[in-house]
Amino acid sequence: MSTVIDRSQADFHRLAGFLPGHQTPWIADLRARALARFAEQGYPTPREEAWKYTDLAPLAGKHFQPLATRDEVVARVAIDDYVLDPQWPRLVFIDGYHVPALSMLPAGVSLAPLAEVLAQSPDTIKPLFTASDEARGFAALNTAFMSDGLCLRLTPNVVLEQPIHFIHIAHGGARPAASYLRHLVLAGRGSRATLIEHYVGEGADAKAGALTSTMTQCVLEEGAALEHYQLNEQGLSVYHFSSVHVHQSRGSRYVSHNVQAGARIARSDLHAVLAEPGAQCVMNGLYFGRGRQIVDNCTFIDHQAPHCSSRQIYRGVLDGESRGVFNGHVMVRQDAQHTDAQQMNSNLLLSDDAEADARPQLTINADDVKCSHGATVGQLNEDALFYLRARGVAAERARAMLVQAFAADIVSHMSAERVRMHLDALIAARLGR
Amino acid sequence: MSDKQTSGDMLLKIRNLSAETGGVRILKGINLELRAGEVHVIMGPNGSGKSTLSQVLAGRDSYQVSADEFSFAGHDLRGMSPEERAREGIFLAFQYPVEIPGVSTVNLLKESLNAIRKHRGEQPMDAMDFLTMVKKKIKLVDMSEEFLYRSVNEAFSGGEKKRSEILQMAVLEPCLAILDETDSGLDVDALRLLADGVNRLRGPGRSFLVITHYQRLLEYIEPDHVHILAGGRIAKSGGRELALEIEREGFAAYERGADAKKAGSSRAG
Amino acid sequence: MAEGSNLEHLIEREYKAGFVTDVEQESLPPGLSEGVIREISRKKGEPDFMLEWRLQAYRHWLTLREPTWAHVHYPPVDFQAISYFSQPRKDKDRPKSLDEVDPKLLETYEKLGIPLREREMLAGVAVDAVFDSVSIGTTYKAKLAELGIIFCSFSEAVREHPELVRKYLGTVVPQSDNFYAALNSAVFSDGSFVYVPKGVRCPMELSTYFRINAANTGQFERTLIIADEGAQVSYLEGCTAPRRDENQLHAAVVELVALDNAKIKYSTVQNWYPGDEEGRGGIYNFVTKRGVCRGANSHISWTQVETGSAITWKYPSVILQGDNSVGEFYSVALTNNYQQADTGTKMVHIGRNTRSTIISKGISAGHGQNAYRGLVKVLKSAQGARNFTQCDSLLFGNRCGAHTFPYIEVKNRSAQVEHEATTSKISEDQLFYCMQRGLSREDAVSLIVNGFCKAVFKELPMEFAVEAQKLLGVSLEGAVG
Repeated sequence: MSTVIDRSQADFHRLAGFLPGHQTPWIADLRARALARFAEQGYPTPREEAWKYTDLAPLAGKHFQPLATRDEVVARVAIDDYVLDPQWPRLVFIDGYHVPALSMLPAGVSLAPLAEVLAQSPDTIKPLFTASDEARGFAALNTAFMSDGLCLRLTPNVVLEQPIHFIHIAHGGARPAASYLRHLVLAGRGSRATLIEHYVGEGADAKAGALTSTMTQCVLEEGAALEHYQLNEQGLSVYHFSSVHVHQSRGSRYVSHNVQAGARIARSDLHAVLAEPGAQCVMNGLYFGRGRQIVDNCTFIDHQAPHCSSRQIYRGVLDGESRGVFNGHVMVRQDAQHTDAQQMNSNLLLSDDAEADARPQLTINADDVKCSHGATVGQLNEDALFYLRARGVAAERARAMLVQAFAADIVSHMSAERVRMHLDALIAARLGR
Repeated sequence: MSDKQTSGDMLLKIRNLSAETGGVRILKGINLELRAGEVHVIMGPNGSGKSTLSQVLAGRDSYQVSADEFSFAGHDLRGMSPEERAREGIFLAFQYPVEIPGVSTVNLLKESLNAIRKHRGEQPMDAMDFLTMVKKKIKLVDMSEEFLYRSVNEAFSGGEKKRSEILQMAVLEPCLAILDETDSGLDVDALRLLADGVNRLRGPGRSFLVITHYQRLLEYIEPDHVHILAGGRIAKSGGRELALEIEREGFAAYERGADAKKAGSSRAG
Repeated sequence: MAEGSNLEHLIEREYKAGFVTDVEQESLPPGLSEGVIREISRKKGEPDFMLEWRLQAYRHWLTLREPTWAHVHYPPVDFQAISYFSQPRKDKDRPKSLDEVDPKLLETYEKLGIPLREREMLAGVAVDAVFDSVSIGTTYKAKLAELGIIFCSFSEAVREHPELVRKYLGTVVPQSDNFYAALNSAVFSDGSFVYVPKGVRCPMELSTYFRINAANTGQFERTLIIADEGAQVSYLEGCTAPRRDENQLHAAVVELVALDNAKIKYSTVQNWYPGDEEGRGGIYNFVTKRGVCRGANSHISWTQVETGSAITWKYPSVILQGDNSVGEFYSVALTNNYQQADTGTKMVHIGRNTRSTIISKGISAGHGQNAYRGLVKVLKSAQGARNFTQCDSLLFGNRCGAHTFPYIEVKNRSAQVEHEATTSKISEDQLFYCMQRGLSREDAVSLIVNGFCKAVFKELPMEFAVEAQKLLGVSLEGAVG
């Protein structure tokens, strides 16, 4: 472990003078404090409850280096495969840095690469950096090294008709690259928007791989609505760590669609605080494992105020020797009377060597609540499979149809049709048409 | 009516068919020949192996099957997957149609029809033509179009499930339709609808194997042959008069005669 | 509960087993060392293997730290302040029969509703009574012996049936299993031992009644039940302790072994002193219970009604090793005032077509904290394994907590595992409906709570089910307005 810490410290000394915002003392301090916190423990280990099922030992021997500046980015990357809709405004990033030539920024919206904001007007976003940023582990590492990202500020009552499509490509060029992305979303009172975070790319090569660490901070003011997609389709040599923190005010609505279909290890943390009455939180998750993938979902929904609701459905499809983890915690604080919280996790095991681990957790400290959770692990329904085959559908196709149907519970809730089509195609391709 | 129809080519030929599951022998030497255009009725008490026969014909792999001959339109059924049999024209209307959440009926029909057409070397059907055809056929079973967009059999009533099976039969136009107790649990109107569906599809190129516990369906469908299945064997074959005999006297005579009646559990009935 | 309803008027809760029996006690001075363990073993006249086993456990215990992962909070336990052995002085020379038992002790059990005199007993229940560290008498021994069934105190088993003890002790819960199991292995004083031979169905319920009496003592009993091939046995245990302001430690270990086609049913009504309404005193109930379905088609069923103790920490578990074996866990856990419970089960599926069922009902009132913690683990070898889990929580008032922490780990694709949990409170509509039919508010609550627990109560032997229902009523008094 010490080597990971040593390497991180060395990288930090090398890069500190280049990272965006380095001229601003509070940013430099924030980064230094975060690195110090990371250095206390290094990467999390399975001894921690939250990392019980994911061992990061394979990472220890690898040195993923962040690029020092945008100039190092290799910009010759074809993005056509990743563009879900050419009409959508988009920001394209490679290895942690924004590539303006590939992006298409919308007019009239306060949307900018984070590096720009950190360099030019850092104090406008200072309140969005909270103590949790320097907590430890990947959050600390991300805070120390964050190079760029997306900064979206919606003024009150603004409604964005089209989704904003953020694309990050792990490219890597000549060496294994680490990308540390940070996104800030401030949704002003009554505003509405859709954000699609999309992670792709294979890294430098299959052997070297790449590391993508991303953190998103969402603040929803009164009555704001955010539909937030995270699509991870990175290559099987990439290590992907994402975490999202959401803070919800009165009557706001946050909807997450979290799809983990890529990376050697994909870890997704989702943390929502329902701080004021009437807030609604929806978390839909869909994860696919194949080969030796590990997909680890960790969610925490913190009901702090009365009359809030949360709905959570996570579904996993696990093939090969993959392991899928759902670790979801719903906390109802003492003041959160009239909470309505539902949580459901279902898993399909498609192969003899796949594994599903489910930990749905409820911590309830208020009595007038409606809370339930459930978890299932099973296989495709043999009777349904036979029925389809008896109607002439080939076995492979019948399996794909049933998996699509299983996923439909998540996919059908997505309002972006292009994303739904993209996922149907992804499943069909995975299971063989 | 049987004398009005000229029998066609041999479609289904079964000689000494046995089937077992979980170490229990349920079919114990079935002999059956069915020609194109014929309607055969199989009657039998609970546990006689009626449903096992239908499942074995459709290719359910949970049964170990042996036979001296087991062929359909000249193809040996042994070694054919369920989908290959379906594409060759065997259709099973299930006794207990399974619910498939998330797969709409229209989607299933499209996948199914195009797989069958592809097998025959035909182009996939144009989406508009397909929809027009299906919407026409759904009227025949007196169901609303809305059913097409609901998940297969999910939250369907018993009668709706049966109608959905008949609709699928009408759309897929099989050579051999096996109706596994499709009539049970239906009221008179639904029964008439079922019979209409069958009679409309009747023709020289299409045969039916109607499995039933009661003879009341035969008031609407004129069979060419009636067989009594008991204890895993065809105990007696005859014409319509055999069904009437069962109606009067029940299965008791066959149940007594059938050895190891328990061999087929009620599930297999 | 609804505002304006009279929530507090029944708060004073009566713990009916809270009296102290005034007998002369002989206790070892507080503290734990190898010397103390040698002394316990010497007092009990144990063979050498037993002493060695204890010492091994003690040495391992010294390397362990108290677990902190459970959802319970309490000040650190001073293990040197506890006396690890206590027995009624007059009992020193061991009563040969119940007639020689100190009448005061018999009276104690009479007061608790546990008659030890065979002629007064409920027909068909054999009882072993454990008072502090020692068993004071076992009924119906002779009758059971005719069938080859051994039912005696653990100390007696160590002396009379060392080969059986040696063969099975620690094979289900190893000495090194966890902190409290290691401590128990080092210092266990007494407990019950049951062996049901091949093909024998035990004709009566076997029962042990545990009583902590002395102050500043810990109770560390050890129970071992073996059902040989085709054997069947149903075993019940009950527990009470006097009302004291200090916390007392109870760290038991129970091991069950079921061989081919054997069936063991183990029922507990745990009513240790829960502490007062301010959270003072009460028993720390840190117990390790585990059964292994070692043989094919074997069956182990745990049923527990946990209403007592200041803190409960126990997970009666089943290792489903034999093909087609069945594990069950039925639990009602109630926490009122400042009680805390972290309880549940582990079902480990190893054999083919193994099945498990978990039904857990948690009731929280006052400042009570109630957590279900359970593991369902399906190993790769467990083809066709099935589990169904249902966890329901009922809350009274908004100062209590109800928590659900299941762990589900599945490595076999033919397995079907289902977990469901709900949290609710008794609705005013339900209460009003019952009251409109003429029930008092208390009776309505009792009716609804008993309905909530019905799936568990029906697993209890009849006499116990009645007792459990009453206990639940008493324990909930004051929780409802």
